[in-house]
Amino acid sequence: MGATEKSRAVGRNVPRKEGLDKVTGAAKYVDDLTFPGMLHGRTIRSTIAAGEIENIHLGFARKGFTIADCRDVPGRNVVALIELDQPCLAERRVRHFAEPILLLAHEDRERLLEAESLVAIDYREETPIYDPEKSDHCFKEIRIEKGDLARGFAEADVVVEGEYRVGLQEQLYIEPNGVIAVPENGGITVYGSLQCPYYVHRALRVLLGLSDDKVRVVQTETGGGFGGKEEYPSMIAGHAAILAWKSRRPVKLVYDRVEDMVATTKRHPGVIRHSTGVTRDGTLTAIKIDVLLDGGAYMTLSPVVLSRGVIHATGPYRCDHVRIQGRVVATNTPPNGAFRGFGAPQTQFAAEVHMERIAETLGIDSVRLREKNAFRPGDTTSTGQKLGRDTSALRVLREAVSRSDFRAKRRAYRGTNRGIGLALFFHGSGFTGGGEVKLASKASLELTETGARILVASTEIGQGTRTMHAQIVADTLGIPYDAVEVAAADTARVPDSGPTVASRTCMVVGKILERCAQEMRRELGGRSAQDYLAERGSLVVTKEYSGPDGLYWDDETYRGDAYGAFGWGCDVIEVERDPETWQIRPTRVTAVCEIGKAIHPVLARGQIEGGTAQAVGYALLEEVAMRDGRMANAQLTNYLVPTTLDTPEIDVTILENPYEHGPFGAKGVGEMPIDGPAPAIVNAIRSLGVDVRSIPATPERILEAPSLSASR
Amino acid sequence: MRTAVSRLELLQPRSVREALRMLRDEGPLVPLAGCTDVYVGLNFGTLSAKRFIDLWPLDEMRAIRSTGGVLSIGALATYTELIRSPLVARRLPILAAAAREIGGVQIQNRGTLGGNVANGSPAGDSLPVLAVAEAMLVLSSAAETRRVPFNSFFSGYRKSVLRLDEIIAAIEVPRVDGRQWFRKVGTRAAQAISKVVLAGIRSDRPRIALGSVAPTVIRLPKTEGALASGAPIEEARRVLEGEIRPIDDLRSTAEYRRRVSANLLERFWRDTAG
Repeated sequence: MGATEKSRAVGRNVPRKEGLDKVTGAAKYVDDLTFPGMLHGRTIRSTIAAGEIENIHLGFARKGFTIADCRDVPGRNVVALIELDQPCLAERRVRHFAEPILLLAHEDRERLLEAESLVAIDYREETPIYDPEKSDHCFKEIRIEKGDLARGFAEADVVVEGEYRVGLQEQLYIEPNGVIAVPENGGITVYGSLQCPYYVHRALRVLLGLSDDKVRVVQTETGGGFGGKEEYPSMIAGHAAILAWKSRRPVKLVYDRVEDMVATTKRHPGVIRHSTGVTRDGTLTAIKIDVLLDGGAYMTLSPVVLSRGVIHATGPYRCDHVRIQGRVVATNTPPNGAFRGFGAPQTQFAAEVHMERIAETLGIDSVRLREKNAFRPGDTTSTGQKLGRDTSALRVLREAVSRSDFRAKRRAYRGTNRGIGLALFFHGSGFTGGGEVKLASKASLELTETGARILVASTEIGQGTRTMHAQIVADTLGIPYDAVEVAAADTARVPDSGPTVASRTCMVVGKILERCAQEMRRELGGRSAQDYLAERGSLVVTKEYSGPDGLYWDDETYRGDAYGAFGWGCDVIEVERDPETWQIRPTRVTAVCEIGKAIHPVLARGQIEGGTAQAVGYALLEEVAMRDGRMANAQLTNYLVPTTLDTPEIDVTILENPYEHGPFGAKGVGEMPIDGPAPAIVNAIRSLGVDVRSIPATPERILEAPSLSASR
Repeated sequence: MRTAVSRLELLQPRSVREALRMLRDEGPLVPLAGCTDVYVGLNFGTLSAKRFIDLWPLDEMRAIRSTGGVLSIGALATYTELIRSPLVARRLPILAAAAREIGGVQIQNRGTLGGNVANGSPAGDSLPVLAVAEAMLVLSSAAETRRVPFNSFFSGYRKSVLRLDEIIAAIEVPRVDGRQWFRKVGTRAAQAISKVVLAGIRSDRPRIALGSVAPTVIRLPKTEGALASGAPIEEARRVLEGEIRPIDDLRSTAEYRRRVSANLLERFWRDTAG
């Protein structure tokens, strides 16, 4: 296996492992599966936002139904995640609309719908809290301190302040949440559409009071997740398992779109306040940021969302004196949770619109302002992390400005209905702080007669996990891509590789696989797989995460190396304003991303294009209409995401500045593309003279927004 | 909560005559054809009706033809058929323009003009076109066929003069003189319900109709009068703003609708000048 074979798969657009099955319809999603004697499940949910359950009346004949409530939980009635605060089924207290109270199962789905309409629940209602500013319960508070803020403000010539608001956003994966729970071997097996098999595994062990080996979780082909299938599957799997446990029969629980939108998690809305000290020439001297996120009724992953949010809150800019205070609080709305970007899109929206406003205030060019303050290698972030050689903030900024002809267009568009805006951003790959060390993820590689089989809990949810992992393994072993198989993400077969989240699947799990493959290659010592297996019987190599030396993190003080690596991005977005309707139509996006190494360029580009389109919706269209704590527009007919016609042409440029500890130099790519477009679009709207500081920037908001003063 | 479909009843007549008999003898029944509105209600659990009659196979109600200067459109003509019809393109191009903006291809293949009228949403995109075209609705029952002017059909929010034993059989459009204009303003570029929709005809007798700004689609007689009398456009805008009654809802705000309606009026007037 000589040097000429190096990189035969990596960097090439090989066919997706599951591509053929998906395009021919052979791929099986959870709702395609059926089991002998299977029942269908249905969840009865609260119709109030806060109060106590007084009585439950079942107005239907119970024959043929399995009915379960909190008393039927064999173990602990919680959805085990960070905190054990969320009941799997409400006991007395109800804390949000659509909180699960009762479960029904029947052979006939239709009978469930009828029965549901005949369930009446009496409540003693309480006054709900919807405004996070008025919340009396804080899930998590984080403070980041760097330097001496007072000194920073003393050095400033000007202080620029601003408040920015971001709304809820629905993940809107194409396949709604769904699972099937099957009682078998004295335990339970759950098949489902999910991102994190071992999260569900743990939640079921706690809920059912079972040992490790009695719970098995198998991911079925999954139609998208975007974070919406990170923690929620633990809830729906729990419900199906309770019904299966009680009925001793397989139970399928698949949400329709309305239930999925009404009941499951969304992106945290937030209010972010900036106060920035800056000198006349545009040097940032002090940054003070206050972040408030609305967590909804239960904690879910809110502390970690807040953590990523505050760490990214300065944007990719250096400043010696920084104070960031973040809080995520409880309200009586359905819990918010993981969504691509995980706090960073919210805080970087504020940072980049604020940066534009600083330039407006100083009367200087906003590209110059960014160039002056952008992180360079060797600079330190707000947590004191010293940035490495793969710091590409300036490079992506300059590339995007020149590729888009930003300056000439900005001049040419002045005074017209066309606008142009820019945003510079970064995104940490992998779990925050000591998260990866704590996770201690494992991956295995098994030698087969024809090549190797990957055994990881990382899930393919449309983003290309199987393909990209197989490319890394093929080239490391020096075998053809087609000789690498990928086992199903089944907890009975694969080790715990950690969750498929946080832009970690390539950089972190891919790296562990690369180490497995290196060891396997050494072990083979030039022998063929067949010879080795004939001689030794089998070969499975398992490796555990091992971080780069010298990474340090203190969770108490929030000091240290927040992430192993950062990806870097810059978006330039051109828009057109309709003079009659105030509608903003993005016409062109120039997206430049530095991701270390594109293992599969087409898939990486797909992540950037998809994340950009999702962010166009976040910026302009997607508005969750909360009325009395419930989503009033929980239908695809009135929760509108961009169609192809609403999605502009996206010119993607991928730059590669290798990260020495990533497989083939790769860093994360999944989340970063959703950080930039919203502020770039709002900055483009600002270039039209409209002072918008919240999203979605609907035409109604633009109509009400003040004009920027003519003096700028 | 989703409706249990198995508990619904569907009658399937094989002719218009049989359908009318069923409506008379076995009603009340909700007529349906493309089901594009019915399914939204079913999925959201907002459909109260339990008994339906399927008109979709009744091809006698599908033809688009011209008779004696009248463009007659069968109630079951789909948006796709309207878009493809040379007659519609010649006589009432703004109807094809409206049809093109309704839903996506699947909806256009199933949704019908009669259904858009019967559903009676103030946001129905074809309705302002029928209002300015001063269409007549042909209403059939087992007992009689009667003609009702489109502009007297609706009596309130989703209410009309259609009797329980009647169906909309056809829509008749008289000859339309003058320049036609149509504009839909939705939340996104396609597949969106209107926030404001305006149809206009520029002639000696200017005609304007707006959707989504009142409980029904409305004509604007005062605004039309102002334009007919040669009032400046600023004056006509003021009259219009006093003539409509938009509300805040999930899709938009009253203020936005008022401002955009006035802007569309001005755009219509400028585009059709000279």
